[in-house]
Amino acid sequence: MKQYLSPLALNLKPSGIRRFFDLAATVEGVISLGVGEPDFTTPWVMTESAIFSLEQGQTMYTSNAGLIELRRELSKYMAKHQALNYSPDNEILITVGASEAVDLAMRAILVPGDGILIPDPSYVAYAGCASMSGADIHYVPLRAEHDFRLKVEDLQLAYTPNCKILVLSFPNNPTGAIMTRDDLLPIARFASENDLIIISDEIYSDLTYAGQHTPFATLPFMHNRTIHVSGFSKAYAMTGWRIGYAAGHPDIIQAMTRIHQYTIMCAPIMAQVAALEGLKSGDSAKKEMILEYDRRRRLMVHGFREIGLTCFEPLGAFYVFPEITATRLRSDEFAEQLLKEEKVAVVPGTAFGPGGEGHIRCSYAYSTQQLLEALSRIKRFVKKII
Amino acid sequence: MLTEEDRRLLHVLSQDCRLTPEELSIQTGLTPDYINKKIKQWESDKVIVRYSTLINYDQLEEDRVTALIDLKVMPQRGQGYDKIAQRFQKFPEIKSVYLMSGDFDLCLIVEGKNMHDIAQFVSDKLSPLDLIETTSTRFILRRYKQDGVEFHGEEERPQRLVITP
Repeated sequence: MKQYLSPLALNLKPSGIRRFFDLAATVEGVISLGVGEPDFTTPWVMTESAIFSLEQGQTMYTSNAGLIELRRELSKYMAKHQALNYSPDNEILITVGASEAVDLAMRAILVPGDGILIPDPSYVAYAGCASMSGADIHYVPLRAEHDFRLKVEDLQLAYTPNCKILVLSFPNNPTGAIMTRDDLLPIARFASENDLIIISDEIYSDLTYAGQHTPFATLPFMHNRTIHVSGFSKAYAMTGWRIGYAAGHPDIIQAMTRIHQYTIMCAPIMAQVAALEGLKSGDSAKKEMILEYDRRRRLMVHGFREIGLTCFEPLGAFYVFPEITATRLRSDEFAEQLLKEEKVAVVPGTAFGPGGEGHIRCSYAYSTQQLLEALSRIKRFVKKII
Repeated sequence: MLTEEDRRLLHVLSQDCRLTPEELSIQTGLTPDYINKKIKQWESDKVIVRYSTLINYDQLEEDRVTALIDLKVMPQRGQGYDKIAQRFQKFPEIKSVYLMSGDFDLCLIVEGKNMHDIAQFVSDKLSPLDLIETTSTRFILRRYKQDGVEFHGEEERPQRLVITP
């Protein structure tokens, strides 16, 4: 039946994660460091509010842009905590996860043949969504020697005049890198000079372990140029609820809302109710989770360095991205052999783009006991090789 | 006011007090020297009162019953409830003593081998005290959560996928 498929769908590559998922699923008793979601469950206060709303019969559609109460609270929250000012009336759209917001943003801006600059390595959905828009993808390397921060020199090399969008995703999945205000300023100047729209995926912004996260839209002249994307999945442990949002210039948000209204209609109401409760009263639960991630982050970095692998200190998200070149194995070989020999699942860096070669992504969204056991198995595996 | 560093240290200690200063240093990013000094200070200031283990006795085949005993007492002139509360503190069977708002004045948590043990303790030791007006004893039948730890239900928690993006 392939002859019926559109070339776009036909050529859409399966995520690099997929192959590993299938492989890991065949191994019994595996300890996985491969999960991109919190090990905590959603704070009960949020779950309970969703259950109550269902009991009250709140089972209908919401407005396309999302519950106005949620948009108002989000607007207040962003203003108070991130110095971001968006009107709840026409500058905020509630989406089904941040991934939908990324997809909508690309569809609203790109036409086939437009260029898009995507950091490499980065979250798997950016390239996938860009290719569905028929865009011409330009990868911009995030280099280990720069602590995986985006450098304007690399942007200049990757840029061509057809580029319309630059994707930013800091704190970064898979590297855990963050970018400070000073790191971001040259990128902002480059965006202005080259008239780029920025899709800034800041889903991990609450999980920043040093200093304050800088939202890209707060940089000079970036407010109108930036589509600020975030969501509740990571900081509020709500991955399965699928609730995210986009904020930006009303023209762009209205265009994204039009696409959203025909494809999705609205994000699930119970998830919106839970998110609203999270903004009002989920702060202490969120802080507890952040403290615990921070502790595990230090444990993992120390663990990998003790094994003898180079591991840069990630200051965001919940991943470490150690370098495995000392083993002379490619990322996928390392991950596959580690899985077979020691039953530890990690994700090869190349699943996030060719720039991930020489690294593996290890999530620390696991209990300390699991992390220590995984580290000891990885140590045994590495010591056999080097 | 706690500093961010101290909050980090207390968080890790509250999760696992068996960690050595070196292990604590790895998990908090603070130096072992600082950690040693801080812990000593907290111990002498009675901020850290005890290093204990949370045990789920329901998992052991051991007779152990816990009761919450609410008491109405007569406050004493010049001393309020302190004097009588201090007297209760001395009984090893009484694990906790709280001054409460509401219908009763004090709440005791009492442990014994069985209900009979506790009933005996109430009738022999508590009820005869002049200052006690009324008691109400309630036994704990099942412990679902204690000190922030869930004892039941975790095993039924759905599993995450092995690998996700």
